[in-house]
Amino acid sequence: MSTSDTTGQRPLVEAAGIVKRYGPTVALQDGRLTVLPGESHALVGRNGAGKSTLVRMLTGLEAPDAGTVLFDGEPAPPLGDRDAWRQKVACVYQHPTVVPELTVAENLFINRQPSSRHGFFSWRTLRGEAARLLDTWDIRVDPEARTADLKVEDRQMLEIARALSAGARFIILDEPTAQLDNREIERLFARMRAFQQSGVTFLFISHHLQEVYEVCQAVTVLRDARWITTAPVAELDRPALVEAMAGGLVTREESAARAGVPDDAPVLLKARDLTSDAYQDVDLTIHRGEVVGLAGSSGSGKIQLAESFTGLYRPTSGAATLQGSPLPFGDVTAALHAGVGWVPRDRHEQGLVKGLTVGDNATLSVLDRLGRRGFVGTERRRSVASDLIERLDIHAEGPDQPVSDLSGGNAQKVVMARALASDPRLLVLINPTAGVDVKSKESLLRRVDSAREDGTAVLVVSDELDDLRRCDRVLVLFHGRVVAEYPGGWSDHELIASIEGVAAGHTHSQGAEHDG
Amino acid sequence: MADTKAPSAPNPAPGRAGREGAARSVLLRKARELSLVPALLVLLILGSFLNDAFFTETNLISILSASASLAMVVLAESLVLISGKFDLSLESVVGIAPAFGALLVLPATGAGFGTELPTGVAMLAILVVGALLGTFNGLLVVKLQLNAFIVTLAMLIVLRGLLVGATKGKTLFDMPDAFFSLATTTFLRIPLSVWLAAIAFVVAGVMLRYHRWGRSLYAVGGNVEAARAAGIRVDRVRLAVYVVAGVLASVGGIMYTGYVGAIGANQGQNMIFTVFAAAVIGGISLDGGKGTMFGAVTGVLLLGVVNNMLQLAQVPAHWIQAIYGGIILLALVIARVTTGRAQD
Repeated sequence: MSTSDTTGQRPLVEAAGIVKRYGPTVALQDGRLTVLPGESHALVGRNGAGKSTLVRMLTGLEAPDAGTVLFDGEPAPPLGDRDAWRQKVACVYQHPTVVPELTVAENLFINRQPSSRHGFFSWRTLRGEAARLLDTWDIRVDPEARTADLKVEDRQMLEIARALSAGARFIILDEPTAQLDNREIERLFARMRAFQQSGVTFLFISHHLQEVYEVCQAVTVLRDARWITTAPVAELDRPALVEAMAGGLVTREESAARAGVPDDAPVLLKARDLTSDAYQDVDLTIHRGEVVGLAGSSGSGKIQLAESFTGLYRPTSGAATLQGSPLPFGDVTAALHAGVGWVPRDRHEQGLVKGLTVGDNATLSVLDRLGRRGFVGTERRRSVASDLIERLDIHAEGPDQPVSDLSGGNAQKVVMARALASDPRLLVLINPTAGVDVKSKESLLRRVDSAREDGTAVLVVSDELDDLRRCDRVLVLFHGRVVAEYPGGWSDHELIASIEGVAAGHTHSQGAEHDG
Repeated sequence: MADTKAPSAPNPAPGRAGREGAARSVLLRKARELSLVPALLVLLILGSFLNDAFFTETNLISILSASASLAMVVLAESLVLISGKFDLSLESVVGIAPAFGALLVLPATGAGFGTELPTGVAMLAILVVGALLGTFNGLLVVKLQLNAFIVTLAMLIVLRGLLVGATKGKTLFDMPDAFFSLATTTFLRIPLSVWLAAIAFVVAGVMLRYHRWGRSLYAVGGNVEAARAAGIRVDRVRLAVYVVAGVLASVGGIMYTGYVGAIGANQGQNMIFTVFAAAVIGGISLDGGKGTMFGAVTGVLLLGVVNNMLQLAQVPAHWIQAIYGGIILLALVIARVTTGRAQD
């Protein structure tokens, strides 16, 4: 369905039948988008639904393999013509696209400084123009400030102002609220409404559905690389929206089967009042043999919370104990010695040393146990590595194969092997099955089960519902606070609704009591 | 949760305090740019106390003449650094460019090629060699996308080897006067090389501050993606910077030749360490996108003054290197503390 039919207005942006493949993976199978002038249009979908791919097509960073993009009824400019694209559309990403060392005024006019003669320009004119531009759109940012010193909200305004001055009236906001606190989000929405009245059109991407209802007039849902629906928000209530995002099937199977941990199981991890920039007042208890899931959208602070236990991220206050002894913060080595094993959030960035072998990578964290005075026994390491390869069912020729040869699934098993190599008492798994095939995923998740049987405390942080389904209970983080807790047997709908920040109210109170 | 973000009150202004805070931070930034000036003044005062000969016109001019060629190479390196790249090979350009010119004019009996070209052509050839070497470096780094550090390190070795090979390791004498005139000709008692270096810095400073090209250097070095998105032709800018740097280094080479009076096979050798030290002390970031020409000049002068003081103090020649290196370390620490930011 297309909204343009009902209103008769010509859409400002119209994308149809967009297909994009990267190698064997299909990033977008059937991307569609129709945005009417002057509206704020939400684009929602779970991770991997194809939102960012669609944005890349809409901003002219890449050409679709098939399909068309029209701006105001006219075909999109050729890819190389950056100026033409800049006059039509701009995207404010989560990562800044400004030059941090330059002033706000200069960033507004990079490479198009006003009234320059032979390339020379007057700083006074530049500052004046910048001040006028910011004034016109009522953006209160000091044009003289160093851009690196700006708060996120001001940086976003700067990028919006830059786009507007280039002539664009269609602005894509890619999860603009992820790094903002509640008051800043309120201000952003107020600004968006004001911009809208001046004729600016927004495409608003967010994981927080209540924000969609707050600022947007229409919403498009993508799922599994496909367009699912487009509708005015008034005609699509929250359950319907969640259903569109999550898909029809609701699974309760495995999660219900979980017997749960006996109440008298000893507490292994006990964290109190953990607070940092990313989360506030989090209490967390994990018993022996218990698997606790941690869910939340990308800006919820769940990764930072998990990384607090591994020493990668340092909370500003609060304390944690592991088996009764205090768990040191901000020191990876000390956390390792205290009995924490972990799978980092990104195996390429933090998980594996690409140039080393499977064996080297698997034993990297336990080298001190493989020999005396820092010397590493080669045979000892080989046998430990071979054991791990067998235990985790890693498909490799042997410990001496370069880890870069392995498929994503097997590489992730190596990361898991390293986490298990130190026989941890607390196992922290961050996105443990990200980007792996179905079979490896099963195999990795079976490791979680066997760790549970060994009496390890496990914390699983994941966007994947399949990972979370293995957990004895799942905590949901929203804007840095634990807002809900689900014992095994939750439905996809309630969990997703809670992650996206809708209808979390009633579970909140229960959750808070369970927790801690 | 849903009630936390009800439609909001009108956007509160950042307020006067915010603007004043920003104004203060601008002032602070400007002050940091000048932070080496007090250090330089302290050194000058210290120098005049330690040695009567220090604060004389002759000595001050000699500091400047001795620093001129270093200044040119620091200028060249600063431009490359601001654009976010490296060029280690500049020290070898300092040697090979003027040597090539000399070999063109010298007779075969004087170890030259025997072409005995006119001096003017040779002088032009020196600049062309600098430009060509810069282009070559730039193509390797920008177009082939090789690592700038290691490519220019290899070029440093290759060019030094070529110079040693072409001169059979001997020193070149008896070039026409034009080879030395930058150091020997004076205007207001100050050698031409100093004037030229000063002009080069002023021009570069003005271009960096007030010209589109200069600002695009900062944009490219500060955030390549943002620069590209703003329509700056990133590759072209970086290539151009390498070419300009090559030319500037070759000019630095002629100045060096004039100052020394001959071209040794080791002309410019190990100079690059001092060049980097001066640039970093002067606030040029090795990460790109940061630094000013004024800072670079103060870095050069600081090292020039220190060098001169060590000589006047008659520190035994064998110890000068150790002390000089120690002072560079100390200067880096002081610059880090006074500017209050990491020298990344």
